[in-house]
Amino acid sequence: MRGDSVLDRIDWTVVLLYFAMVILGWVNIYAAVYEEELASSMFSLSFNPGKQLVWIGTSILLIIGVISLDYKFFDSFGYIIYGVMVFLLIAVLLFGREVAGSTSWFQIGGFRFQPSEFSKFATALALAKYLGDIHVKMTNVKTQLIAAGIMFLPMVLIVMQGDTGSAMVFAAFAIILFREGLSPIYFILAIGLVVLFVLTLLVSKTVIFITAGVLCLVIIGASVKHPKRILITVVVGFGIFATVTSVDFIMKNVLKPHQRSRVVSLINPDADPLGAGWNVTQSKIAIGSGGFFGKGFLQGTQTKFDFVPEQSTDFIFCTLGEEWGWMGSLVMVVLFVTLLIRISIIAERQKTQFARVYGYGVLAVIFFHFAVNIAMTIGLFPVIGIPLPFFSYGGSSLWSFTVLLFILLALDANRMQVLVR
Amino acid sequence: MHDDRKYIVRIFIVLIAATFLVKLFFIQILDENYKAAAENNIIHKVVEYPYRGLIYDRNNQLIVHNEPIFDLMVIPKEVFIPDTLAFCKLFRITREDFDATMNKAKRYSYIQPSQFAKQISSEWFASISDQMTGVKGFYPEARTIRGYSFDNLSNVLGYIGEINQRQLRADTTNYYRQGDYLGITGIESSYENELRGKRGVEYKMVNVRGVDQGSFKDGELDTLSIPGDDLLLSIDLDLQRYAEKLMEGKTGSVVAIEPSTGEILAFVSAPTYKPSLLSGREFSSNYGKLTQDSLKPLFNRPLMAMYPPGSIFKVVQGLIALEEGVVTANEQIYCDNSLIGDHAPPGYYDMRKGIMYSSNNYFLKVFRRIINQHPELSQFEQAPIGLKNWKEQMHKFGLGTPLGVDLPNEKAGQVPGPQLYNRIYGTGRWKVSNLSSLSIGQGETLLNPIQMANLAAIMANRGHYYRPHVVKSVGSTKYLDPYYSEKIETGIKPEHFQVVIEGMQRALSGTAGRAIIKDIEICGKTGTVQNPHGEDHSTFMAFAPMEQPKIAISVYVENAGWGGRAAASISSLMIESYIKGEITRQWLEDFVLKGDFLY
Repeated sequence: MRGDSVLDRIDWTVVLLYFAMVILGWVNIYAAVYEEELASSMFSLSFNPGKQLVWIGTSILLIIGVISLDYKFFDSFGYIIYGVMVFLLIAVLLFGREVAGSTSWFQIGGFRFQPSEFSKFATALALAKYLGDIHVKMTNVKTQLIAAGIMFLPMVLIVMQGDTGSAMVFAAFAIILFREGLSPIYFILAIGLVVLFVLTLLVSKTVIFITAGVLCLVIIGASVKHPKRILITVVVGFGIFATVTSVDFIMKNVLKPHQRSRVVSLINPDADPLGAGWNVTQSKIAIGSGGFFGKGFLQGTQTKFDFVPEQSTDFIFCTLGEEWGWMGSLVMVVLFVTLLIRISIIAERQKTQFARVYGYGVLAVIFFHFAVNIAMTIGLFPVIGIPLPFFSYGGSSLWSFTVLLFILLALDANRMQVLVR
Repeated sequence: MHDDRKYIVRIFIVLIAATFLVKLFFIQILDENYKAAAENNIIHKVVEYPYRGLIYDRNNQLIVHNEPIFDLMVIPKEVFIPDTLAFCKLFRITREDFDATMNKAKRYSYIQPSQFAKQISSEWFASISDQMTGVKGFYPEARTIRGYSFDNLSNVLGYIGEINQRQLRADTTNYYRQGDYLGITGIESSYENELRGKRGVEYKMVNVRGVDQGSFKDGELDTLSIPGDDLLLSIDLDLQRYAEKLMEGKTGSVVAIEPSTGEILAFVSAPTYKPSLLSGREFSSNYGKLTQDSLKPLFNRPLMAMYPPGSIFKVVQGLIALEEGVVTANEQIYCDNSLIGDHAPPGYYDMRKGIMYSSNNYFLKVFRRIINQHPELSQFEQAPIGLKNWKEQMHKFGLGTPLGVDLPNEKAGQVPGPQLYNRIYGTGRWKVSNLSSLSIGQGETLLNPIQMANLAAIMANRGHYYRPHVVKSVGSTKYLDPYYSEKIETGIKPEHFQVVIEGMQRALSGTAGRAIIKDIEICGKTGTVQNPHGEDHSTFMAFAPMEQPKIAISVYVENAGWGGRAAASISSLMIESYIKGEITRQWLEDFVLKGDFLY
């Protein structure tokens, strides 16, 4: 190998993107909680900007740790790390501390730790390990079931903690399965279900029934000589019927009241602008009032005067949008797209299927967080409390994204040392 | 294997990102609503209400001032009340009222203040503020209501009240806001623009809890409130109070004018009410009581009551006759009381004697000459020409048309013309004998008390007048609308006035002996107005002194009988009080105050 040290072989593009985002994030966290009379103490450990500096510092230590480890560690210990994580997820259910309705935190002294954050890279590792096995074929139903099992186990445990938002992140691993050859029919079906669900909330059920019914009859009528096609049409028809009739049930019995009101307020934010619609309404006002160039650093009023909730964590984009306007938003979106494409390129150049699958796992997790977080702040998706990677305030989330990303960089740096199959 | 799928993944990422940027472009750049909503969120408009102008009498006595009151505002998001029932008790409201008010406030906004209770007096506010400890989300907003130093002059002052929807829509200048106060009647209404001043606005930034975060844009949009202009009235408050005292227990009006300026010195509508009744929280209930009162205290009689003028009208007939040349001052006309009933004895009358004894027959004969000036025509043809001319002459005296007083709701009175009689009798089917009652101020002629007083001023000025007005000057610049300093001529020659005035001077001894004051020469004319609905109305019109007059007055007392008694006595006392500053004839004052004028 040409490079002597790992520093020569690491992908500096990603490292630079990483630090650019973390620094931009910190600037916005500073702006979100800034108060003129407390300006001098903003760096103290009793305020988010001060604490975030500590998280950034410790993340650098983590980076050093991750790239110093033998790259084979992640492959060899993939299942073990996954196992430990599942154990922690069960333990947190039994001994965890309840914060805002979710039992997802361990408290050890003054230190709080959220295992679900770390289960993301553990699951990515386990999936990579399983799908990286040469005997595994994605077209095999057994493979599909086991892969699904690896994803669903932590997901179910996290739902049990009461943190549905974090659990939904695991659905993003479907991107891996897609890349590895899972039939697109599943994705078409999934997207179809979501569209049908939203449609049912928007228009009356009778309209959908009649439209779908007429369509089915037309197709059946047109394919008298193709019994198979008729069969499929009938199955799809019943599927639509079942989905539409189950919407009410899901809305009333499966979703919790606060989740239901978030879905409703997404469809119609003006229904209850001071209640369920408050977050989205205020978030859009903050971002929308930013204009082209924004109000300027520390000049945001909506975020600073607390109209936007959680303005340094899940709604950090409001501060960015308000103070830096559309140009600021453009810079952030471009940073994310560049990072994600770069990750995809890195994943594609891996010599092992393990590393490639892991790469797509990283892409899936970061992309899901980015897409859902931004979508919820601008009213395109129900409010789900998940952070914007690298930007949002918070130790667990920053550490988890850092470790997730730098394991990939560590694998990438050593890709040439792997024997090509 | 499936390598092409990497492109699908990348395209998907780019598509989602592009969707975000488009959506962001819409809400950040294209849609202005979010910017407005953001300002609406943080900007708390604090209105600084200006002090309404003060009102003084002509001798600089303060009549109307401003009293601080508080509106209690509520910000629903911040409300915390430890004991709601006790809180309701504090404001003397029921729990249902409380809920209704709070729900209304919440519907308006959770974070913007709404009015919870209005017009809490400063005393009441002081007494409840101790018990408000622990209560959060309420704060007082200081405003003012009108305070009065005296219980008089309500019919001139008028009152202020909350603006209604119709007035809001009519406000093309866009000055008023819901909940603003403005003058409803009186000078509060006619001088609203001068009195109201200019509202100040302070734009403050507040956070989501309504806590002050400093001024918006460093206060560059803020404006200071400018107090309204003070009004200096022409009213002599002492004279006004004396007049109101004299009119106690009576129905009618007293109007006194300074002839040399047209300034109104006293302006009484009886019965009246205390101006403080229509200020503050008790407004509605007091207003209701006043409108229910059968004696109509809110009816501004000097401007709105239209009375037959009775015999005081004879001076106008005399002047027109002399000006038209249909009679000379010294022409002796024999009156035998054959035409019309009369108090004056039969005999020869000239103009002076006719006025002195108020001879009905003399003035009827004179009136016939005014109307029938074209002997070549038939009586039916002469009457419309004569009456039209007569009506035009009347307008020169400010009769049958509003004078332009600076108070609202002035009526024109009624001076009939040919149309009226054409309607009653048919065109060409009436003659002067159908108009007889006009000659003595009965019948279809109706005047306002202010017009009668202005007539006295015209007599005093020997032929001209200034439009009567109650405001002497506005603001620190002492501005007076030139409309009120314009000299208006009747066009009647001064020598004719001399004749009539001499008659009026003698009339005191002829018909109004009570009105005589030893050392003040009063010129007056009584009137006893026949009233088909009850007792006759007593009226008197006068000015004094005869040379360089200082006061012109008209008094009208409903159902008080003979003009020489009630009205003449009140006029005389008013003149004495104004010119001498004291009353030397206690017996006369007692007579008036006792108020038993009917025999």
